[in-house]
Amino acid sequence: MSLATDTLKVDRPPPPARGWSRQRILGHVLVGLWIALGIGMVVYLVAAWNPEFFQKYAPGYISGLGITLLLVAISIVLGAILSVPIAYARMSNNPILSGFAYAYVYFFRGTPLLAQTFLVYYGLGSFRPELEMVGLWGFFREAFNCAIFAFSLNTAAYQAEILRGAIESVPRGQWEGAASLGLHKLQTMWKIVLPQALIVALRPYGNEIILMIKGSAIVAIITVYDLMGVTKLTYARTFDFQSFIWAAIVYLIIVEMLRHAVEWIERRITIHLHR
Amino acid sequence: MQSALTLLSWGPEGWLDDIAAGVFVTVCLALATLPFGLTLGFFVALAKQSEEPSLRLAGNIYTTIFRGIPELLTLFLIFFGIPLILQYIVRLVSPGTSADVNSFVAGMIALCFIFSSYSSEVFLSAFRAIPKGQYEGGYSVGLSSGQTMRLIVLPQLIRIALPGLANLWLILLKDTALVSAVGLNEILRQSGVAARVTKHAFLFYGFASLIYLLLAIVSSFAINAIERAVGGREVKR
Repeated sequence: MSLATDTLKVDRPPPPARGWSRQRILGHVLVGLWIALGIGMVVYLVAAWNPEFFQKYAPGYISGLGITLLLVAISIVLGAILSVPIAYARMSNNPILSGFAYAYVYFFRGTPLLAQTFLVYYGLGSFRPELEMVGLWGFFREAFNCAIFAFSLNTAAYQAEILRGAIESVPRGQWEGAASLGLHKLQTMWKIVLPQALIVALRPYGNEIILMIKGSAIVAIITVYDLMGVTKLTYARTFDFQSFIWAAIVYLIIVEMLRHAVEWIERRITIHLHR
Repeated sequence: MQSALTLLSWGPEGWLDDIAAGVFVTVCLALATLPFGLTLGFFVALAKQSEEPSLRLAGNIYTTIFRGIPELLTLFLIFFGIPLILQYIVRLVSPGTSADVNSFVAGMIALCFIFSSYSSEVFLSAFRAIPKGQYEGGYSVGLSSGQTMRLIVLPQLIRIALPGLANLWLILLKDTALVSAVGLNEILRQSGVAARVTKHAFLFYGFASLIYLLLAIVSSFAINAIERAVGGREVKR
């Protein structure tokens, strides 16, 4: 082969000219439409530019963003801690334990997050005397705490499923190999199974964080002033539609940043799998 | 103190009839969104798997936007934004009149955008699972590209995409709860009214959650039946 390429120098033929096929025209029209929409939005925002609006409400947006991130961070961490025993119960051979875990996961994945949040925020009010007796009423009186409680329980169910799926995706041979080397179960889990499982779990975990950030917008309905809550408040005070657009831009930026960060991490930790 | 059973009974004493009306609205909203969402999602997926870069870009922008904005915010953008645009147009035609969008339609549009952006990803991965030879085989027996799509690719595509779409249907069912925030009288809002009037919040919100669970269980039976009908279980690649 190399002889032929040495003696015969053939230039690569120029790529065939792309005609204006129907697809290409449609594609350009659609991209043009998006560009027009984008320009329209920028023009709208410039026309609606109001320094007073900014001076008055921008700090609110920033604190709202802080609350959103805090809420999501706390819920994700608490959910992660809670998800470990649930995933363990879900994988156990004890039918009562696994049945209970299954029911938990099924309930939290089968009902809307909004309904769960209402159930905690308004519903637990029905048990006020009991809660006061235990001394938990002070905790559940705050909408923010209720949101964290509901979100943690919710994300724990999802994260337990992610964890279980990832651990079960590791072949049995890995367990057996470790056992034959004399590692006990905890060591096997920590040193052999989890590192492999987390590669599988990374993307679902990233998606779960993104879903939580988006889902956390509903706390605005129970009067927590997160990013969405501040947006609602701003709109109610000013009737200025740009309040929604700014929130949309902020959410889009956060979600896109997270998505790219997860992709970057995934590229980094799977380097050994690519050649 | 009324008992829970009276509160949940049918008729003027109980609230079951009101909540049943809410269930009807929820199911209607989800069912009305489904065909539009599926069709739009299919075409977006078609754009994203095309060889034309500009079409791919247009499809990707669509998904990025509707998957990046919270569902509730999308709903508000549409519920408050469409009347603004409509009013602008109406004022050009006949000044003095006003336009409004009811919450059902706004919810339908918003859920349709969200559902289609997610379903386009499901369709896209299903497209990728279909080997190129299927298209080539179609062309070689003289089918046009539309016929190949309809007669050869689509039946396989539906089978592959069905589990993912079933998942999205359950998510859609849950997302309808958000439309209560713009005043649609669906399950959660009706239960909320009952809770506020009777002061039995836990009972009614718990009941609403159980209804959502029931809807999910009924859906999964229906989905299993559909899967059996299209033979989704037998597909092995």
